Amino acid sequence: MTKILPRKDVVIVGLGWTGSILAHELTDQGLDVLAIERGPWRDTATDFNIGYAQDELRYSVRRDLFLQPTVETMTVRNDPSQTALPMRDFGSFLPGNGVGGAGVHWNGHTWRFWDSDFQIKTNLTKKYGASRIADLQVEDWGVTGTEMEPYYDRFEYLAGISGKAGNIKGELQEGGNPFEDPRSRDYPNPPMQMTYAPTLFAEVGRSIGLHPFPTPSANMSRAYVNPLGIAMGQCTYCGFCERFGCANYSKSSAQTTILPVLMKKSNFEVRTDSEVLHVDLAPGGKSARGVTYVDTSGQEYFQPADLVLLCAYGLHNARLMMLSGIGKIYDPTSGEGTVGRNYCYQTNAGVQVFFDDKNFNPFIAAGALGQTIDDYNGDAFDHGALDFVGGAGINCIPTNGRPIGTRPTLPGTPKWGSAWKKATVEGYKSTLGYSSQGSSYATRNNYLDLDPTYKDRFGRPLMRMTFDFPDNDIRMSNYLCDRMEEIAKALGGKQYTVSRRKKGWDSVPYQSTHNTGGAIMGTDPRRSAVNTFLQSWDVPNVFVIGASAFPQNAGKNPTGTVGALAFRAADAIRNQYLRNPGAPLVQA
Amino acid sequence: MASDPPTQVVAGGWHFFSAQEAALVEAIVDRIIPADELSMGGKEAGCAVYIDSQLMGAYGASSRLYTQGPFLPGLPTQGYQGEANPAQRYRAGLAAIDAFLKQRDGKTFVELARAEQDAFLTAMEAGKVDLPNGVKGPAFFGLLLQNTMEGFFADPVYGGNKDMVSWRMLGFPGARYDYRDHVSKHNQPYPQPPVSIIGRPEWLGKGA
Repeated sequence: MTKILPRKDVVIVGLGWTGSILAHELTDQGLDVLAIERGPWRDTATDFNIGYAQDELRYSVRRDLFLQPTVETMTVRNDPSQTALPMRDFGSFLPGNGVGGAGVHWNGHTWRFWDSDFQIKTNLTKKYGASRIADLQVEDWGVTGTEMEPYYDRFEYLAGISGKAGNIKGELQEGGNPFEDPRSRDYPNPPMQMTYAPTLFAEVGRSIGLHPFPTPSANMSRAYVNPLGIAMGQCTYCGFCERFGCANYSKSSAQTTILPVLMKKSNFEVRTDSEVLHVDLAPGGKSARGVTYVDTSGQEYFQPADLVLLCAYGLHNARLMMLSGIGKIYDPTSGEGTVGRNYCYQTNAGVQVFFDDKNFNPFIAAGALGQTIDDYNGDAFDHGALDFVGGAGINCIPTNGRPIGTRPTLPGTPKWGSAWKKATVEGYKSTLGYSSQGSSYATRNNYLDLDPTYKDRFGRPLMRMTFDFPDNDIRMSNYLCDRMEEIAKALGGKQYTVSRRKKGWDSVPYQSTHNTGGAIMGTDPRRSAVNTFLQSWDVPNVFVIGASAFPQNAGKNPTGTVGALAFRAADAIRNQYLRNPGAPLVQA
Repeated sequence: MASDPPTQVVAGGWHFFSAQEAALVEAIVDRIIPADELSMGGKEAGCAVYIDSQLMGAYGASSRLYTQGPFLPGLPTQGYQGEANPAQRYRAGLAAIDAFLKQRDGKTFVELARAEQDAFLTAMEAGKVDLPNGVKGPAFFGLLLQNTMEGFFADPVYGGNKDMVSWRMLGFPGARYDYRDHVSKHNQPYPQPPVSIIGRPEWLGKGA
C-alpha cells in the first residue's frame, strides 16, 4: 500500500549541489521545501573523519562514497548496432550518492563556459560555415555569456573559489586567463600555493608563448566565510581530494557551503535513504502531482507537491523523466523526441614526462591545485585552417600520489617482478603529468534511452547509453596531443609518452564523471527538453536542473556551469514562475 | 556503518582460503612482488592475508555490483560480464592452476623453482597456458595482480603493506593530512616518515 503524505510546496529529488542551492533559495522565498535523497545523510565530522579519511583502498578503489551499481547502473554500447550490456561496476565515470552528491568527492575545478560555448551553433556557423558542423548536432544554449555572468559570480562566491581573474569588465589581468569572458570582479580567494610540477609546467608553457594561469579551485587557498556566513578552512594539500570527502572543511560542497544554514530552516526537510521512483503526472500528462518514493524498508509513499525539481545527477534526471513520461524519448532514427538527446561526455588525452633529476613530491597535492593553458580551448583559437571544431584545456593538476592508483612508469615496464618494482620506485616522484580535457560535441547517434532487457532492483528499465567519440572530437584531441607534445619537448625530460584518445569509448578505465545532456536546454521544444530556465516544455511544474541541461560539453569541468544554471533557475522560479504557478515561462 | 572506522586485519588463520589455497596465493604474491634489495616480498608484506580478508567481504561477494542477468558475452569495452564473483573466481582459478601444473609437471606451483614459477605466471598472463574448467588465464592473472598491488600499497590496516613497507620504498608519507609547510619547498625531499591510519609502529605500546 502506498502511503499518501501531506503536500509540500516543493519537492526536490536529490540533495547535492543543485538541490541544496534550490532548497536554500526557495525556502528563503517562504516555500515549504522537502528534499528526497536516495543515499544516506553525510556530514564532515561523522563521514569524512580526519582520523581515517586518508584511506585510498576504501574511498578510491572500493569507492565507499559513490553510487553502487547494485542500486542503479546503466547499460552501455558504442553504437546502435551493438547490444548494450550493463556496467556491472562503474569505471569510466563514477556517479555520486548521498547528501552532497558527487559534490562531496569532486576535485573542485570550477570553470565558466564562454559566450562562444553558449552561442556555439550561431558562432561556428558564422565563422566557418554550416558545412563545418554538418556531422554534429550542436545546439545553442539559448543564453549568453553576459546573462550567465552574475550567476557564475554567485556560485563562485558561495563556493569560495580560489583563482586569478584574467578579464575584469573587459580589462585583461596579468596572471589570469586571457581567453576568459569578462567577469564583474575577481575570485573571492587568491590562487592556491603552487607545487613544483605545475610551476615548472607554467614556466615552460610561457617560454613557448602559451598563457598558463592558476586553475580555479574549490579547494580553499585561505580560510573563508561565504555569503551565507559559513566558514571554511585553508586547504592542507593532503592529496586525498577526488573520491574522498574533505575532513578539513576545505573543499566546497553542499556540506561546507549551504547545509549548515539550510538544515536549520523550519520550512526545510530532507528524507534520506529514500529513492524517488517516478514523478506522478495528472491525467493528460501536462502537470505533475508529486512524486512516488520508496524507503529502505520497501514502503512506498506518494508525496504530493505543487512544484517538482529534478536535482539528481544529470544521467539520473534524464532517466527519471523517461520513467515518468515527461517529454518524449529521443529516437535517433527519426530524430524526434528530446529526452536522451545530445548525450555528451569529455574527450581527454594525457602526457607523462619522465625525469631523472626531479622530485615532484606527488603526494603534496589538492584536487584543483594546478595550472591550465586555454590557448587551444573552445573557440580561443582560429579553426579556419583546421578540420575540426572545439578544443581542450591543457591541465597540469597533479591531484595525488596515492600509490595504489598513481604509479607512473616508463613505457615497456613489466607489470610485476623486480624490474617492475625498480621502475615503480624510479617513476614515483620524478614524473610530471598533464592532460587535455576536450570538448564533446553532440551527434545524432550518441544518446540515452531505456534498455529493453536489463532492470534495476525495483524492476524498472535501466537507462541505455549509446556513445562513441565523434570523429570531429578525435581530430580535435589529436591536434591537442600534438600541442601537448610541444610542451613535453620543451620540458626536456628523459622521455615522454602521449596517450591519445581513440575511437571505441571504453567504459572500464576511469576517464571523467562529466556526463552531460539528455535533458538539454534551448529555445525550440522540438530540439530541447527544457527551456532556458530549465523548466520542462511538457510539464511546466517540473524543472530539471544539472548538467543534463548542457546541449554539448565544453573542454572544461561542468560544476561551475551547473551551479550557475541552478542559481538562474532559482531566480526564474522566485521572480517569474511563482507569480503564475504552473504556467510555462517561455511560450513554445 | 559506512562512516565507521576500519577494523585492523591481522594475520593468523585463514578465513576464506584453505591452507593449500593460502600457500599457493602466498607463493604467487611472492613472485608478483619478490623480495629484493628494495623491499620484502608480497608474502611477508601480507598480500595474501589482505586478499583472504577482501574475499570474505563485500568485494568477494560483488555485493555492491550489478549482478542481474542475463549474462551475455560482451566487448572488452563493456567490462566484466561474467556471473562469477571474485570469491568464486579465486576458488576456480586456484584449483585450475594446481590441476594444470600437476598434469603438466607432476608438481604444484609451490613446489616449482622460482624461475619455473615466473615462467608459468608469464605464460598465464599472456594466455599461453590452457587452464582447465574454462578458467581464463589472463583474466585471472589480472585479478591476482590487481589484488596483490592493492594489498601491497593500501593502508596496513587492511592486512598488507606490513610496517608500511611499500610506502617507505616509494617515499609516500601515507595518511598524513597537512603539507602546508612543504608545499613551496620545490624539488626537496619530504623529511617525515610515513604514518598509517593506525599510527606508526613506534607509537604502539607507548602511553595510555
